Amino acid sequence: MAAPLGLHLEFGGGAELLFDGVKNHHVTLPDQSDPWDMKQLLAWIRGNMLKERPELFMQGDTVRPGILVLINDADWELMGELEYQLQDQDNVVFISTLHGG
Amino acid sequence: MCQVEEDYNGLECKQEKIPVPTLNRKCMKCKEGTAVLIIRVSDAFCRSCFKEYFIHKFRAMLGKNRVIFPQEKVLLAVSGGAASCSMLAQVQEGLSRDAPKKLRFMPGIIYIDDGGACGRSSEERQRSVDQLKSIFTETGFPYFIVPLEQVFSLPTSVLVPGTSDPDSSNPSYKQAVDQYIKEKQKLTEEEAASAVAQLRIEESVCSPEHKLALERLFSSLNTLTAKEDMLQILRQHLILHIARENGYSKVMMGDSCSRLAVKLLSNIALGRGAALASDTGFSDPRYGDVVIVRPMRDYSSKEIAAYSRMFHVPSVFISGLDTKTHDKASIQRLTESFVTNLQADFPSTVSTIYRTSEKLHTVMPSQGQTTEPASKCLLCLCALDTNVDKASAFHATLVSEQLSQIKLQDTSHDARCCAEGQGCGTGGCCSSNRSPEHQDLKTLLCYSCRLTIKDMGAVDALPPYIITEAEKRQKRSRMRMEISEYLLEDED
Repeated sequence: MAAPLGLHLEFGGGAELLFDGVKNHHVTLPDQSDPWDMKQLLAWIRGNMLKERPELFMQGDTVRPGILVLINDADWELMGELEYQLQDQDNVVFISTLHGG
Repeated sequence: MCQVEEDYNGLECKQEKIPVPTLNRKCMKCKEGTAVLIIRVSDAFCRSCFKEYFIHKFRAMLGKNRVIFPQEKVLLAVSGGAASCSMLAQVQEGLSRDAPKKLRFMPGIIYIDDGGACGRSSEERQRSVDQLKSIFTETGFPYFIVPLEQVFSLPTSVLVPGTSDPDSSNPSYKQAVDQYIKEKQKLTEEEAASAVAQLRIEESVCSPEHKLALERLFSSLNTLTAKEDMLQILRQHLILHIARENGYSKVMMGDSCSRLAVKLLSNIALGRGAALASDTGFSDPRYGDVVIVRPMRDYSSKEIAAYSRMFHVPSVFISGLDTKTHDKASIQRLTESFVTNLQADFPSTVSTIYRTSEKLHTVMPSQGQTTEPASKCLLCLCALDTNVDKASAFHATLVSEQLSQIKLQDTSHDARCCAEGQGCGTGGCCSSNRSPEHQDLKTLLCYSCRLTIKDMGAVDALPPYIITEAEKRQKRSRMRMEISEYLLEDED
């Protein structure tokens, strides 16, 4: 998509501790020729937003097991997980179901 | 069979992940709504069916295990996390229904503020407490906000299992329900008035000495494993005390299936295998008069997190002892990361562990049998598993401990200690740092509590109620030894 992508990200269940305690973020992803997918979004989050301890949020290419991802209030497993292509004004929620943040 | 290539080809095709058409999948229950969540391996539910499923599971869990009688006072232990807040929401939902099938007990809420042990500042603690207070007042139930520091003013009766109230009528569950329905038809208005009057809000303030004492206690424990264990024990004692003081006969804890699976494995690693049934089962009768119930044990953490998010269950995230620690910081943490990672690749891990734990049955202590407090562990109140004969694995660990310590000690120390007749048998007193108190306390504890206390630098940092009870039991056992020849022994 040519237009910049605006997204609403939310972090809950302790995951917000890794993002300075801020739960709600509005981000605008830069333009690129191919549409953004979840995999790229995660890499972008790791590079631009994650303040500390990346291993508590991500494991390799995907999120750490124990973190539930909801895209527009639906399980991301139903949307294709990492292959889901993001659309403008999507709402992505990361909820940690674990103890350690 | 002979055509190996063909078989192999078939197998290879199956190895590739066949993408199930997941976009716009229909709910597997009503077949109409678009699925929003996948539970277990591949069960897709739509929003309304998921809500129904969630609510139904809670009530089915309470109905199947008929331990909560009508009009009983039940304390809900809320930690602020998603699971306990969902439990609170379910209880609210269950009590508010007008249908005859509504839940029938009287809830109270307790929150234990353990910020002093976790190193949180008082502003942080106050902030979380305020957030929780607003959630609790919404519900309308009486609530107790207790700081962990209050552990230093507990009475020793906390460590003595109470006898379960021998109800003279002792009705069966069904009779109790019928009786209640008859009475209910008369009392509805009076009830509402009295309920409002009962709304007692209790908040305790902690004194600075207690704060320092708590910090000292937790800094004397060297490993995070021991700290977590001690925190768990102290929390249980505090909840038990508040429940007993205010007439609550049941306590509901919000442990989810995933959390319990982790607890099961880490308890085995900690040496608590003997008490597994009560630690992870639905009901935990070890305290006698107060029974601990776990109604959320059938829900996976994914279900709970999704429900709280989708149906706006208010919860407060409060960081604990092991927040943001690395994977190998403690046994509990390591087990959690092990199970969660395994679950990602093998989605039936947690349910298998859960089903195994279901097969461990708790034995309800028969009423009228007063087991002496001396045969229960001082801290966790499970049966002592350390009074075994010489041919056991436990004795082997003691012997190897003794042998490894003899190598370190001075010969001069050796002579002195042995001359005092302190008994170097278990090797406790011979090392120069170890005080005789360690040695004495050990005989009153189960295997895993021993390990926790062993990790402690200064045993006198323990709260006074534990120390006094320990001294009392030791005096008793010494007295028993002195008069043992005059006692008639029961022959079972």
